[in-house]
Amino acid sequence: MTTTRAEVCAVACADTWRGAGEVLAHAVGTIPSVGARLAKLTHSPDLALSDGEAFLMSEPPPLGKTAAAGGTVEGWVPFRAIFDLLNSGRRQSMMGASQVDAYGNQNISSIGDWRRPTRQLIGVRGAPGNTVNHRVDYFVGKHSKRVFVERVDVVSGVGNDRARAFAGSALRFHHLGVVITDLAVLDYAGDGRLKVRSLHPGVTADQVRENTGFDIDVSTAGTTRLPTDEELRLIREVIDPTGLLSS
Amino acid sequence: MADKTMTLSDVVGHVESGMTIGIGGWGSRRKPMAIVRELLRSDVKDLTVVTFGGPDVGLLCRAGKVRKLVYGFVSLDSIALDPHFRAARESGAIETAEYDEGMFVTALRAGANRFSFLPSRAGLASDVLTMNPDLKTVRSPYDDEEYVAVPGLRPDISFIHLNRGDAQGNGQYLGNDPYFDDLFAMASERCFLSVEKIVDTASLTAQAPPQSLLVSRLFVQGVVETPNGAHFTTCEPDYGRDERFQKHYAATAADDESWQAFRTRFLDTDEASYQREVQAWQATR
Repeated sequence: MTTTRAEVCAVACADTWRGAGEVLAHAVGTIPSVGARLAKLTHSPDLALSDGEAFLMSEPPPLGKTAAAGGTVEGWVPFRAIFDLLNSGRRQSMMGASQVDAYGNQNISSIGDWRRPTRQLIGVRGAPGNTVNHRVDYFVGKHSKRVFVERVDVVSGVGNDRARAFAGSALRFHHLGVVITDLAVLDYAGDGRLKVRSLHPGVTADQVRENTGFDIDVSTAGTTRLPTDEELRLIREVIDPTGLLSS
Repeated sequence: MADKTMTLSDVVGHVESGMTIGIGGWGSRRKPMAIVRELLRSDVKDLTVVTFGGPDVGLLCRAGKVRKLVYGFVSLDSIALDPHFRAARESGAIETAEYDEGMFVTALRAGANRFSFLPSRAGLASDVLTMNPDLKTVRSPYDDEEYVAVPGLRPDISFIHLNRGDAQGNGQYLGNDPYFDDLFAMASERCFLSVEKIVDTASLTAQAPPQSLLVSRLFVQGVVETPNGAHFTTCEPDYGRDERFQKHYAATAADDESWQAFRTRFLDTDEASYQREVQAWQATR
């Protein structure tokens, strides 16, 4: 069986919840969502998953569907409950990013001057609150200089430099985990800057450097692990039988 | 008890130019669209709109009625961004206060409690503070914590849409999520409620639990029956989103000519004609 890059990414996403304990696994996007379900079915059965609407599900809900499509409801979490829940810290997110800078500041709000953006994006959404309340990881589907920029246009998710400058409170529960891309898994050095933790099988260090808009340390990069046979079976047969991951 | 039933034009007659109006719902879900459509027909302008935005924002922006937008986000859910909102932002046509979603709820809670602010960790160290230079932080009197002092939002008027209501203004939701409509009602000086159906008070709890009574008449100044009044947004379980119509709405934003055609057919008309035209449009699909 050939393992796809998307499957390598999904397994890397799943690993971000390893050891997280009894928290709500919040995932934005298909690959992170597959990762959250895979984590629950393998190493982290205590994770809580939501159907993306108003319910917690005791089994992974069907990918891309709400509780209405089947599964057992174990909790009611309308949108208002989510904000209380994330304030409580019982949550761990994997979000997307339109821009990420060297210190892990993330932008999903707008491109250019926010007063009159050249491109309006989705808005800061919950990123400011998530990043000062619980662990946040990012998934970037296309590793490029457009995404990995020297400085983001709007700090939506708070990066390490910004959090440290606000040691009073922003830093207290601030925890950036990793950034997973289609090329590599990045994490943070002691100074808060992104570095390469592992290159996906078949990816070179130069490829990552050439597609990153700031200097990035690749000197300690290993290789991202491949999915196990059991993980591949779960992804292909249980979590994603209709093949959303490959579409 | 007072009968608070009204017509759409009674409701919108309370809105004056320059007011701050709250709009309930969430994204393209349970928006008081019949009231929004009536607002489009009125001559009010310079509104400050406070909302978890959906097509309400897009339509009001396109009609030039928005001076300032205070929002947690603006999205059509199945379409990431409302095209009219995007255009208004990219042309610099509106002032904005973009909040973190949780901060926005904190602002509503503060307003509902008549507090000048409530503390929030969300927003700290992010550009939400840069983009809203009027926001201040506050230090805890108990420890070293510092918080964003989120100012209470108190709209002059709010509009919300629920599944059922009675003539006295008690409102009931039958879907899975109350969103924040009760907070909008409590945070506002006046709140007007549109419902799919007005029933007598006893009927409200005959078919659904009392917990579904989301909004009390204590916070509602008027109620209007607007069947299919959230169209084309969701009003679960009465109906889901009209995705095809929403797609049509978004597509016609692309150029002036198709937008004018959309506007003439669906908006430059009264609510009954809107509903008839929607049915006719659906029949041709």
